[in-house]
Amino acid sequence: MNFLKPRAESRHSDPSPAKKAGSGFQGKPFRLAWALWFLVAIHVVVLLAGFIAPYSFDTQDRLYPYAPPTHLHFVDCQGKFHLRPFVYVTKLAGDNLTEYTQDCSQTARMEFFLRGDGYTLLGAFHSNLHLFGVEAPASMFLLGTDGFGRDQLSRLLYGGQVSLFAGFIAAALSVLAGLLLGAIAGMYGGRVDDVAMRFAEIFITVPWFYLLIAVRAFLPLQISPITAFLLVISVIGIVGWGRPARLVRGVILSARERNFVLAARGFGASNAYLLRRHLMPLTFRVLLTQMTVLIPQFILAEVIVSFLGLGIGEPFPSWGNMLASAQQYHVLVSYWWMLLPGLAPVPVFLAYHSLAEKLQERIKSHI
Amino acid sequence: MIRYLARRAGHGAVMLLGVSILLFVLLQAAPGDFIADLKLNSQISAETLAGLRAEYGLDQPMPVRYWKWVESSAKGDFGYSFAYNTPASTLLWPRARNTLLLTVPAVLISWLIALPLGVLIAGNKSHWMDRIFSGGTSTLLALPDVLVALLALLIALKTGLFPVGGMTSASLDQQSTWQWLRDVSWHMVLPVAALVLGLLAMILRHVRSSVREVLDSSYMRAAEGHGLPRLKLLFRYALPAAANPLISLFGLSVAVLLSVSLLIEVVMGWPGIGPMLLEAILSRDLFVVIGAVLLSTAFLIAGNLLADILLYVCDPRIRMQS
Repeated sequence: MNFLKPRAESRHSDPSPAKKAGSGFQGKPFRLAWALWFLVAIHVVVLLAGFIAPYSFDTQDRLYPYAPPTHLHFVDCQGKFHLRPFVYVTKLAGDNLTEYTQDCSQTARMEFFLRGDGYTLLGAFHSNLHLFGVEAPASMFLLGTDGFGRDQLSRLLYGGQVSLFAGFIAAALSVLAGLLLGAIAGMYGGRVDDVAMRFAEIFITVPWFYLLIAVRAFLPLQISPITAFLLVISVIGIVGWGRPARLVRGVILSARERNFVLAARGFGASNAYLLRRHLMPLTFRVLLTQMTVLIPQFILAEVIVSFLGLGIGEPFPSWGNMLASAQQYHVLVSYWWMLLPGLAPVPVFLAYHSLAEKLQERIKSHI
Repeated sequence: MIRYLARRAGHGAVMLLGVSILLFVLLQAAPGDFIADLKLNSQISAETLAGLRAEYGLDQPMPVRYWKWVESSAKGDFGYSFAYNTPASTLLWPRARNTLLLTVPAVLISWLIALPLGVLIAGNKSHWMDRIFSGGTSTLLALPDVLVALLALLIALKTGLFPVGGMTSASLDQQSTWQWLRDVSWHMVLPVAALVLGLLAMILRHVRSSVREVLDSSYMRAAEGHGLPRLKLLFRYALPAAANPLISLFGLSVAVLLSVSLLIEVVMGWPGIGPMLLEAILSRDLFVVIGAVLLSTAFLIAGNLLADILLYVCDPRIRMQS
């Protein structure tokens, strides 16, 4: 209710925001589309991780711990230009396992559609075809490797599967739970409303990250990665239902007294029918906006939970557990590419935030 | 005033009670406990385990355990830490103080920066200013807190200007209060800066948008038309009119800060509630977990209560209502 208030007030006192939003309408669909297309693209890329990533997420090359990003070359040591980029074979220099040198005599051309590690796409198609890569003695780590010599780019793509979809599914879960409980509270009112909203308030009051971790605490620590994934999603989803529930309740409460609802009730419609056909569809816009607000929050939640070692575990990558090794001082200082999993969410968050902003403006202009 | 405050405080107390019950119900549903982990040690006999279980009251049903915990909380113990063999409160209090040492300055500093800056930006209606502002705050909002914490650590490691993690320097054991204070505040710089960075963008946006809304109103236009000086217009007339939602935001900012603080404490090795909570979770030290979550909730409720008091002082409408 609290954050519904200012909106309602501004509607009465000042009609100008609606007018403004209306006048600037031409520019908007395009801007909305930009963020939307970017998000669709990144989700598709991440889903196709097996094909796009040159290596599998758990392919280790112990000869290349913390190898720096491999450079793609067009001009070779003799100064000759090549149309197709190539890489030099990289070798450890000395015994200290930190310095690498490029061997000028051994080159490998960048290949497209070559065979490599096997993978399963979308849980159904088995394949070993990769979009790009290099043949065996050489290796191509475009974003470097981690301490086990695993390709950071491949792990980022696979990790995106976990992190992005964890956020998405958890938000869907939260919004669904919020819709259900908020609708019931708003529809039946009285005692039911009181209990449901007090309960929601508890979830909103507690600093949600503490609650999240505490709820996680009461679940077993040693579990398989798939279970961990589902567990983290459901915990995040459950902890976050309070806010959407409040929003839905507010919408239903005001819609309940509208004429078409009263008319339907007059014709003998039951509460359940009213909710399904007339009231819940009204909440769609609010919930869509709420989704775009919650998803980045929940992606971050998964990242942090995995970062703290309470989420998805090795060898499966998530942006959070990939970042965990950067807590070691020598890794943090020496290998900047280990911080990339922390940067990866930034464009995603920017897109979601811009989407949320646009949707909120639209709701305002509709009211 | 007293009645209004008492009502709000009562509400907070009910909230805390609800949270504690919720946590206990969750605890009941959880598989395994501290004793279950001891079972792995073959030197401890089954009888000893059963004895321990009875001693800690873990063999009793949930309502009984809850009541026992309420009793011990009333005495100020807040249950018992299995791992450290002390009342949970002896672990919680110093940690709570350390967390407050970070969060209170962070809240104050971010509001002190965001309030004047936000008002000034709201007053500047140039297109470019808006662009820069929205670009800057969106970027700040999109930066994951983990990354901010790690970057702060990186700065400490690379420049060597600031201490790397921790709250005090180990070498300075015997020292005067003044030295201790200087040492701690030196350690505070980076964590507090990271917290401020995590909070600033959100507050700035709200300050700007609510002041902007007031500036668009007819009475502000009238005041502008009468030729009032710009700064006086902004700070003397626009800001108080926009204050109401901002004061509510103050309570909310405490919540955001506590969540960010947990992470920063863990990454920067600050001995606050965060690292203790994490450790207690890993060792299944359940009363400490409950205590830590309740403490953070209590901080939050205190923040909201403070916001309520401020609102009461600043907004005559609320005084009229109560």
